Amino acid sequence: MAMAATETLPIEASASPGYWQSVGRRLLRDPVAMGALAVLVIIVLAAVLAPWVAPADPYKATMVRRLRPIGYPGYPLGSDELGRDMLSRLIYGGRLSLFMGVVPVLLAFVIGSGIGIFAGYVGGRINTVVMRTIDVFFAFPSVLLAIALSGVLGAGIINSIVSLTVVFVPQIARVAESVTTQVRSRDYVEAARASGANALAVVRVHVLGNVLGPIFVYATSLISVSMILASGLSFLGLGVKPPEPEWGLMLNTLRTAIYSQPLVAALPGLMIFLTSISFNLFSDGLRTAMEVKQ
Amino acid sequence: MIALDPDRDRGGPGTPLLAVQSLTKHFGRKASVFARNNAVVRAVDGVDFTVRKGETLGIVGESGCGKSTTARLVMQIIKPDAGEILFDGEAVGGRALSLASYRRQVQMVFQDSYASLNPRLTVEDTIAFGPKAHGLGAKAAIARAHDLLHRVGLEPARFAGRYPHEISGGQRQRVNIARALALEPRLLILDEAVSALDKSVEAQVLNLLLDLKDEFGLTYMFISHDLNVVRFMSDRVMVMYLGKVAEIGGSDSLFEKPLHPYTAALLSSMPSMDPDKRTEEAPLAGDPPNPINPPPGCRFHTRCRFAATLCAHAEPVLTGGDDHRAACHLADPQSGHPRLAA
Repeated sequence: MAMAATETLPIEASASPGYWQSVGRRLLRDPVAMGALAVLVIIVLAAVLAPWVAPADPYKATMVRRLRPIGYPGYPLGSDELGRDMLSRLIYGGRLSLFMGVVPVLLAFVIGSGIGIFAGYVGGRINTVVMRTIDVFFAFPSVLLAIALSGVLGAGIINSIVSLTVVFVPQIARVAESVTTQVRSRDYVEAARASGANALAVVRVHVLGNVLGPIFVYATSLISVSMILASGLSFLGLGVKPPEPEWGLMLNTLRTAIYSQPLVAALPGLMIFLTSISFNLFSDGLRTAMEVKQ
Repeated sequence: MIALDPDRDRGGPGTPLLAVQSLTKHFGRKASVFARNNAVVRAVDGVDFTVRKGETLGIVGESGCGKSTTARLVMQIIKPDAGEILFDGEAVGGRALSLASYRRQVQMVFQDSYASLNPRLTVEDTIAFGPKAHGLGAKAAIARAHDLLHRVGLEPARFAGRYPHEISGGQRQRVNIARALALEPRLLILDEAVSALDKSVEAQVLNLLLDLKDEFGLTYMFISHDLNVVRFMSDRVMVMYLGKVAEIGGSDSLFEKPLHPYTAALLSSMPSMDPDKRTEEAPLAGDPPNPINPPPGCRFHTRCRFAATLCAHAEPVLTGGDDHRAACHLADPQSGHPRLAA
């Protein structure tokens, strides 16, 4: 706080904005990315502040008012097959759905970047061994792999996260490896190595800064995939267990109402679609903002 | 002659700073089992030379002759297949001279001033990286960076916080020079360091390099394809052709009386400032042969106008006095080349 009062020195006046500052400025000028970000912020805030935002208790069931239509008095978005308030369940459901979307990708980002950057920087035979091992995972379609792993590990949130992480690690590792291989052959990395610095210092200062951006962009595009896969696992009964509100699980339990209340039954799917497309549009905007002549 | 620092000059003034013996690098050999072709590029094929303390050795040759590979081999960025590098009389990587300590003493300035600077680092961070990696404190390293910026003619207050894309090519190359000097090297390899610059900027950077050489007591390996620049900078010149040394000698002697026909052809291709001495015809026809399958015998015989049957069979070795040697049968009175008898 005290820094605000400090006079700017003439040296600082000529200091130029860093790379991330200019990326941020370009991102702010992108209406699509900003719109997507606004939607995401609303969804995340609603999920985090659910106890204050939600109009009703998401677990409170009433047998008399089951499957009410959208706009029914007291139920702004109708009620589900057990008479629970849909709006409240959608708001609370965002908590688990976002968690299942972000956490596996975050874990895979850390593990996959580690593997990929290591393989890419070391190169040679070690790279071949690591990357061909990673390729084995690509033999399975990701949905199948997630279902198979969850099936073996058993139902539950933790097991779903583990299996989704395993699905994403190879994909992120592959991107990390290819970006690192490119950066490694640049003259500035050669110059850094020629200065006699150890490999860790070269990677930390010269490789990470040029590599993490592209990997991060790729990872954000996986969040929507992760959410859909997690919803799929819940739908199959391998993820979240009832009566927890979760969009995929809600889609599953409401499928019987598809003929009587199609609009209500479609609401969880709409939320999944809205959130994942917002993540995708935002990551597209981020990539465009980062693709600048440096 | 400049004074050499007695503390660092271990081998004495008579020992060459760098002595390279039968340095060899073939690319494409022993590739993985998945590699399809087994073609071997003989990028550097048995090169010997020395760099004396305090001198500038110019290295010239056409594209693909092995100049840059030689530089990278000396830098130890790539490992040689064979050959020995002695630095101040000590084998690199041996007991007396570790690779880390060698790397501090030999630095390089690359041709592409932009690609050789990390786009995410400010100018001062780029220069301070090497000293920090060698254990200098962050503040001291930044102070050294500012001092070096000043010495290469960039005002630290204006340039220290800039990013590479915000400064001009000449300024970037000055930053690269400052970065190379940050470790207080004794040998500086300049690999086409001024080739990408405008002529006026090039002249400024060349003068800066000459000043820095005196100031820091440096020895240069100056690689370029521009013969005028090489002559301006170098005490001695080495001419390379297809991974081999064609001729090596004192700058004046080599430029006035070239012994190798290839050197002579290169020199006659130099644009002259004198309108009476026009370059009438291209002295060298065609491209150099493919280094994957270099011609047998003398590698230059396919383009040499003095080529005889001998040249296609016997490979000439470097002969001549210590000051000026050439790998040509014409330079060796015992070779039996028909033109010598005439």
